[in-house]
Amino acid sequence: MTDQTPVVSIRDVSKVFDLGGNNRLQALANINFDIFPGDFVALLGPSGCGKSTLLRLIGDLISPSSGAVQVNNKPAHQARLDRDYGMVFQQATLYDWRTIYGNVQLPLEVMNYPRDKRMARAREMLKLVQLEEFGRHFPWQLSGGMQQRVAIARALSFEPSLLLMDEPFGALDEMTRERMQMELLSVWGQTNTTVVFVTHSIPEAVFLSSRVVVMSARPGRVTGVIDIDLPRPRSFETRESPRFFQKITEVRECLRRDEVKGASS
Amino acid sequence: MTNVADLTPAVERELLPDRGRPGRLAQRLWRYVPAIALFIMALVVWEVVCDYFKIQTFLLPKPSLIAATFIRELPVISLAGFFTLREAVGGFVLGCTLAIVVALATSRWTIVSEGVMPFAIAVNSTPIVAVAPIMNNWFGITNPVAKMSIVAVIVFFPVMINMVRGLTQVNANSLELMRSCAAGDFTVLVKLRIPNSMPYLFSAFKVSSTLSIIGAVVSEYFGGSRDALGVYISQQAALFHFAEAWAAIIIACIMGIAFYAVLLIIERLVMPWHVSMRAVEN
Ligand SMILES: Nc1ncnc2c1ncn2[C@@H]1O[C@H](COP(=O)(O)OP(=O)(O)OP(=O)(O)O)[C@@H](O)[C@H]1O
Ligand SMILES: [Mg+2]
Repeated sequence: MTDQTPVVSIRDVSKVFDLGGNNRLQALANINFDIFPGDFVALLGPSGCGKSTLLRLIGDLISPSSGAVQVNNKPAHQARLDRDYGMVFQQATLYDWRTIYGNVQLPLEVMNYPRDKRMARAREMLKLVQLEEFGRHFPWQLSGGMQQRVAIARALSFEPSLLLMDEPFGALDEMTRERMQMELLSVWGQTNTTVVFVTHSIPEAVFLSSRVVVMSARPGRVTGVIDIDLPRPRSFETRESPRFFQKITEVRECLRRDEVKGASS
Repeated sequence: MTNVADLTPAVERELLPDRGRPGRLAQRLWRYVPAIALFIMALVVWEVVCDYFKIQTFLLPKPSLIAATFIRELPVISLAGFFTLREAVGGFVLGCTLAIVVALATSRWTIVSEGVMPFAIAVNSTPIVAVAPIMNNWFGITNPVAKMSIVAVIVFFPVMINMVRGLTQVNANSLELMRSCAAGDFTVLVKLRIPNSMPYLFSAFKVSSTLSIIGAVVSEYFGGSRDALGVYISQQAALFHFAEAWAAIIIACIMGIAFYAVLLIIERLVMPWHVSMRAVEN
């Protein structure tokens, strides 16, 4: 994979938040890693370690204090202007006043797609997340899991090369969550999207991704990158395979190693 | 792979609104029964008390007398009501339009917001009807524009303050979503801020509808055209014709409710998606 040019390349990125007065908070320190086309990368770490901050840096929703983020070989800022990525948050963040069709079409409207093209895309995307019969409903008429699927459809509606997801299933119950993970993998399999997925669930990270980036807290840094070479397509059987548990253990140890180091220093 | 069926539990379909379910209307009417019963009881008590204690008509007329007067005076007071309603609605439209324009300007140029908002909040808490004599002086005592401008000033501030609130209190993720697809300020305004401000705007409209009737009637107490409801009330009261005054107050009350109801209907048409419109099951 390393011979390809990376979709995302993060070089010596640090982020310091100015909290007013003399208070500063180093959220991220010296982050370095690359994400390659078709990758499914999970950012994993304890709460407050800067996963969301890192994701928002990639999406140019905030800018780094030092270092550089490149997306598709251009600065993250340019990539955002070129609409290179779709974004999914922990909350579905659908607009209450728009129908499901309207919500999926929102990015397309912003990008001035013609009307018929928009509708066609919206139908296609809703079909992809298996909600085609809910197009005319309003968001409040859908369950949390269904809303989150709409958010995924919306993020993919303009075929971005990169999908950024910040704990998209964090607010869902365990069963819905596992279904959604399957859904996401199937959507990812049908599109050529690269995914960056923030989570603090170890099994979720291992089940979904091709690589897990393990982070430590305060200041957030990358403590390890673990390749997850479980066979695809992944299924319910994957969760019960010994390799799966092996990988979970490996990731957990990586997280723990760091904790021990943190405690002794 | 999972299939559609087990991803959409039956519960989710149950949540969808069921329009025109039989018995729904009857159920709704049933809810008004206590209010109506209470109203009738109050009228009966009022009537009986007036009879029993022989209360003088100029202190408190009996409901039956007010009703008779209401019917007799209806041609006069309904015309007067219409005259005043025109002032109220005219002032309302004028004030709301200005308020919305200013609110939109504040969202475009922060300097407008910083300059205007402190005054808006200050003026919003002063009794504006108090300037009625001044407006009468400016526009002429019988000129409806005098009353309209008072009403406009009264409704301007709550509408503007609420609209600004609606334009600025936008969910952070919703904004980031816009930013993530590189939307310009104008697009954000049209597709996010303005729709977001609708519930705020309509709650201000509803409060203002009542305020505008009050403003019109009360400012007519300071003098105005002979055709106006406020003038009618104050004149009849001066002549100790209290049944007539009460009859006119009923008209004012009906106008207030009707105005409110019209706004409620418009709200439903404009925001079928809003929380307050969702089917209530209990
Ligand atoms: N806009 C901000 N201003 C100041 N500090 C911030 C800001 N955003 C994040 N932080 C701080 O940066 C640190 C990392 O936050 P971040 O939200 O990235 O964590 P996270 O790993 O996503 O945590 P969680 O798993 O709880 O979502 C935290 O200590 C947080 O307080
Ligand atoms: Mg987070």
